[in-house]
Amino acid sequence: MRFENKVAIVTGGASGIGEATVRAFAAEGAKVVIADFSDHGAAVAEELNKQGYDTLFVKTNVAEEASVKAMVAATVKKYGKLDILFANAGIGAQGVTHELSMKDWQRMIDINLTGVFLCDKYAIDQMLKQGTGGAVVNCGSIHSHVARNTIPAYSAAKGGVKLLTQSTAIAYAQQNIRVNAVCPGYIDTPLIQGSSEEARQYLINLHPMGRLGKPEEIAKSVLFLASEDASFITGTTLTVDGGYTAQ
Amino acid sequence: MRLEGKVAMITGAGTGIGKSTALRFAKEGAKVVVTDINEASVKQTADEVKKLGGEALAIRHDVGSEDNWIQVVDEAIKAFGTIDVLFNNAGIYVIKPLFDTTVEDWNRLMNINVTSVFLGMKHVIPVMLKQQRGSVINASSIAGIGGSPNHVLYGASKGAVRTMTKDVAMEFATQGIRVNSIHPGYINTAMVDYAAATTHRDKEALGQAVSPIGRVGNVDEVSNLVLFLASDESSYMTGTEMVIDGGAMAR
Repeated sequence: MRFENKVAIVTGGASGIGEATVRAFAAEGAKVVIADFSDHGAAVAEELNKQGYDTLFVKTNVAEEASVKAMVAATVKKYGKLDILFANAGIGAQGVTHELSMKDWQRMIDINLTGVFLCDKYAIDQMLKQGTGGAVVNCGSIHSHVARNTIPAYSAAKGGVKLLTQSTAIAYAQQNIRVNAVCPGYIDTPLIQGSSEEARQYLINLHPMGRLGKPEEIAKSVLFLASEDASFITGTTLTVDGGYTAQ
Repeated sequence: MRLEGKVAMITGAGTGIGKSTALRFAKEGAKVVVTDINEASVKQTADEVKKLGGEALAIRHDVGSEDNWIQVVDEAIKAFGTIDVLFNNAGIYVIKPLFDTTVEDWNRLMNINVTSVFLGMKHVIPVMLKQQRGSVINASSIAGIGGSPNHVLYGASKGAVRTMTKDVAMEFATQGIRVNSIHPGYINTAMVDYAAATTHRDKEALGQAVSPIGRVGNVDEVSNLVLFLASDESSYMTGTEMVIDGGAMAR
C-alpha cells in the first residue's frame, strides 16, 4: 500500500472527485481528513470507519481563513502530522462577463482560488514545521488552460490555481514539498448530474474520447502525484481530460 | 500488479530510461519486447528481466527504418501475440549552434528522433486497434516546449514529437488508443553527461541550475511516470504532455 502511515486532507471530500479520492487514499492505507462544507462528509467518514479505515470529517469553509486554520489544526490534533493535501473543493457557475454580478464573481474567486491559497498556506506551514516534506495537489481544470465563453469567473479562478501551483512549487522545491495541479475535463459528478440530457451531450461532445470522465479516474491521478513515484514531478499540471485540451 | 498480462514494447531499452522502464514494467507483470540499435545492451536488459522472473524478447532495432519496424512488430507478435503498450523512447541528443548544424546532422537526428516515433505509431497502432485498446507513450523533452541556445535540432525533433502525439491521440481517441508524451528535464543518463561536458559544467551544477529541486532526476523517477501512463490508471488521459523536470518549466 502506497500511503501507509500517511495523513492526507481532501477538501471537498464529501462528494464527486473529492469523495472518490478519499476512498482511494483510504484503500491504500492513508488516514484521511474529509474536509467539506457539507455535513454529508460525516456520513462518508462513518461509512469508511465502519469498514476499518481511519478517516475524520472536519466541517470546513475553505474561503474562511479561520476555518482552514482549524482544519489543519484538527488534522494534527487527531493524527499528529500532515503529509498530503488535495485542495479540491470548488464550485461551478455560469454567466458571461457583462452579466456576471460582483457577488457571483467574488464567491467564485473566494472558494475556487482563495480557498486553494488558504489550504496550501496552512498545509505547507505545517509541513515546514514537521520538516518531513510533503505533497500538495491542487485542483485546476482544463479551464486553467483553455476558456469557454460562459464561465469567465471559473476560468479566471482555475487559471489562477495553475500559477499559484507553479509559484508555490518553486518556493518549496528545496524543502521536498512538491506542488502540482490535476486538471480534469468534465467529470460525471454532482456538478454536472443536474444538467439536462441535451447539456450533458453537449459536454460529452467537447471531449475527443466521446465520454465524460469518472471521479475515480481523477482520483488515480491525484494518488500518483501524491505518491513517492512522482518524486521528480513538481510545478506541473497533469491533465486528465479525454483529449479536450489536445485539440 | 499494474500491467498484469500486458505486452509492452520499449525502444532504446539497452540503457537509461528505456532500460529502467523495461525492468519496472516487468516487475508489474508485463511481458516486454526490448529493442535497441545496440544489440548487446538490450540482450543484457532482457537477461535482467528474466532474472526477475519476467519474460523478455530482445531485438536489434534501427528505429529509423520502416522495414525494420515491420520486422520487429512481426517478431513481437510471434512471441507474445499482441502489443498493449508502446514506449517510443529511443533517441539521440545533439547540442550544436545553428550555423554549425549540417543538413546531414539534421537528417540523421530527425530520422532517429522523429521518423522513429511516426513509424512506431504507424506499425504498432494497427495491432492495438484489433483489440480496441492500447497506450502509446512518446518520449519528448522539456526541449520540446521551451527554447535553449544550441538546441535548434534537438528542440525541433522533440517539438515534433509533442505535436505528433496530440495529432495521433485525436485520430484514435474513440477507438481505445491513448497517446501521451513525457517531457523529462535533465535525467541522470549518458545524455546528461554529454550536456554537462558540452556546457563545461559538472552534472551536479547542471541539476542545480536547471531545476528548482536542485538536482538531476533519476531514471527510475521517469519510469514511474511511464508506468502510470501505460497502465489503466490513466484511462481518461490522451494527448497530454507530462512534464517531469523538478520544477524547471514552472519558472
